[in-house]
Amino acid sequence: MSSVLFWIIAFVAIGSAFIVVLNKNLFYSAIALVFTFMGVAGLYVFLWADFMAGVQVMIYVGGILVLILFGIMLTNRISSVNISHSNYHQGIGAVIVIGIFFILGWMILETPWLRIVEQEPTQTVGKIGRLLMTEYLLPFEVASVLLLAALIGAAMLSRKAN
Amino acid sequence: MDQLHNYLLIASVLFSLGLFAVITRRNAVAVLMGVELILNSANLNFLAFSRFGGMNFNGHIFALFVIIMAAAEAAVALAIIINLYNNYQSINVDEAGQLKR
Repeated sequence: MSSVLFWIIAFVAIGSAFIVVLNKNLFYSAIALVFTFMGVAGLYVFLWADFMAGVQVMIYVGGILVLILFGIMLTNRISSVNISHSNYHQGIGAVIVIGIFFILGWMILETPWLRIVEQEPTQTVGKIGRLLMTEYLLPFEVASVLLLAALIGAAMLSRKAN
Repeated sequence: MDQLHNYLLIASVLFSLGLFAVITRRNAVAVLMGVELILNSANLNFLAFSRFGGMNFNGHIFALFVIIMAAAEAAVALAIIINLYNNYQSINVDEAGQLKR
């Protein structure tokens, strides 16, 4: 049962990623990106990363995707109907990407992966919080400075010059 | 669902699609979407190796930082794209040469 669910989620994530990449209408691409992010969040749940799934839904779907939709709306005149942009050099790109995918897949299937069997953890949030406050305290603080810098930089770049 | 290579293969499909979007799309917002797909596939790899490599949560922390980076990157990238649009009236990445003129 859960195996079937896993493959359904994987299929949704990959299929909507194809729509993101190949659809000519940019707005449909952004909507398909929602399903890709949700599918990846579902895969996180299968990987026992429930906190990360929540973070994925909140930040990607709630934050980044809204930003991308704003970007699409602000850079196209709504009155002009076609929010579409065709792709460029699709043939060469497809050959390169399929080659890279086959190399990656061959490497993944050929490597004898070491497997450590573990029990499913009873809690994830507490352990992540403890690691963030002890071992990864410096990167955590640096990340807050980075977010502040990005906030100021984005506000400065996008305001009208006068 | 209980095998490492399933997750790695799904992540490599997402990576390939994101790379395809980055190298073939002309619209800067679509290129940004491709970058997001690549970051998602990297996160999936981090969490898969964390789950099948002993579940010691270091992969979770890395994925968390990648998501923080992605948020900052999306904000700055969209500011640059809007700036480009104000200057050129288009966001074709082939035409964009300067942020200011």
